[in-house]
Amino acid sequence: MNRVDGKVALISGSARGLGAQTAKVLAAGGAKVVIADILDDLGQQTAAEIGSAAAFVHLDVTSEESWQAAVKFAAEKFGGLHILVNNAGIFRRQTTEETSLADWRLMTAVNLDGVFLGTKSALPVLKTCAAKDPVGCAIVNLSSVAGLVGSASGAPYCMSKGGVRIYTKACAIEFAPYRIRVNSIHPGLIDTDMGRDVIAQMAGPGGTAANNAVRDALISWHPIGRIGVPMDIANGIAFLASDDAAFMTGSELVVDGGVTAQ
Amino acid sequence: MNNMDGKIAFISGGARGLGAETARMMAACGARVIIGDLLDDAGHATAEGIINKGGGALYTHLDVTAEESWQAAVKAGVDKFGGLDVLVNNAGIFFMKSTEDMTLADWRRMCAVNLDGVFLGTKTALPHLKARAAKAPVGGSIINLSSIAGIIGIANFTAYHMSKGGVRIYTKACAIEFAPYRIRVNSIHPGLIETDMAKQVVTELSGAMGSDNAVRDMFVQSHPIGRIGEPKDIANGITFLASDDSAFMTGSELVVDGGWTAQ
Repeated sequence: MNRVDGKVALISGSARGLGAQTAKVLAAGGAKVVIADILDDLGQQTAAEIGSAAAFVHLDVTSEESWQAAVKFAAEKFGGLHILVNNAGIFRRQTTEETSLADWRLMTAVNLDGVFLGTKSALPVLKTCAAKDPVGCAIVNLSSVAGLVGSASGAPYCMSKGGVRIYTKACAIEFAPYRIRVNSIHPGLIDTDMGRDVIAQMAGPGGTAANNAVRDALISWHPIGRIGVPMDIANGIAFLASDDAAFMTGSELVVDGGVTAQ
Repeated sequence: MNNMDGKIAFISGGARGLGAETARMMAACGARVIIGDLLDDAGHATAEGIINKGGGALYTHLDVTAEESWQAAVKAGVDKFGGLDVLVNNAGIFFMKSTEDMTLADWRRMCAVNLDGVFLGTKTALPHLKARAAKAPVGGSIINLSSIAGIIGIANFTAYHMSKGGVRIYTKACAIEFAPYRIRVNSIHPGLIETDMAKQVVTELSGAMGSDNAVRDMFVQSHPIGRIGEPKDIANGITFLASDDSAFMTGSELVVDGGWTAQ
């Protein structure tokens, strides 16, 4: 576990899944964490589980005002912001032929606008804190193996994660003078609500048998012989957020059990 | 800093530079470390430094180009500590030569150290890594030192690029091959790091650029983060890859280059 003592982190989409696990790992590493999500009940529950090191704030990542309010909340509640994790995202199994322009725009609104607005809204506070910090501040963007390779049935999702991958590198160069590091993380399939939803969307109406067949196929897709658990990704995010990664910026942390090494 | 309690790690080229820093960091994180190197005096001194701080360390002579040397070094480590969980293929050489100036002997020297060394280390350590991985909660880990030179090209570093590009993809092939043994294999890609090897890089370039300072300034500016790396920047990354915190990572590239290749 990597230490993040004294740092304040805001994690979008952290009511559940990877975001919630990341909040728990960062809090265990010594950070104060702001749980930001559209899911109010779950978000409050996650914050309560962590205790006084955590606070919940409502966040719709597609809305600039909502982001500004969330960042203001973090800075007032915990006195600054050192780590931004752009984690919120959606998945749709859709081919190009199945995708309407409205579908496409929903994907860009959440998975791309959400990252841009989070970055832009947090930047002034991150800059101020980085100027006073021995190492600086960190942004971690959730991309995916779908930002590295294509798949036949998820073109809009691949587009969004590919966009996050290279937007990350551009921000790394742009923010280097401010001492803000920006890196992306690329999970394989992880056992979360979203991961189970991916399986369900791929299985279609075939019920449990189809679901199990897809799950088995996805397990064998990972050379390491299993799908990931949230802790696998939370540990990677905590490493990138910590000063242990002080010389890393614009990099891709691929945590996919070997999927894209093939 | 990542937990390495109970793990036994072998580090080639661990007498100085990145290897020595990695050995010290892993020992501080709870590992017992075996340092293999050609440089006996420096290697003994690094091991003694770790032991004096209460850590577990052993120095053993190692010529990474010789299979018998690897077998003897790994045996010495296993005899001392009882097995192997982690192998860091760190030893490597650098020289600057254009294709026109390079002889086949130069090329083969690069292959011998930077590629044969990684292959022989992997092959020799494998039976021991397999045996411990089968019983470990998460498994074993191999970390190969590639470089940003394994990702992009720079004029006149040709042979070095070839070797580091080879390490980059050999790593991925091993990741797939060893996944059933529960051994993860990842590469790390440093930018320029403040070590003896970096000083050599600067010296070799300074003829063309006028002075060491001019070269140094050029390298600082090549890293968007505005500085050359420190050995601990890389040792932290290697330790993360060696620890169970990276349990779902295999065949991946950890690029620790201050943003050089993001551009």
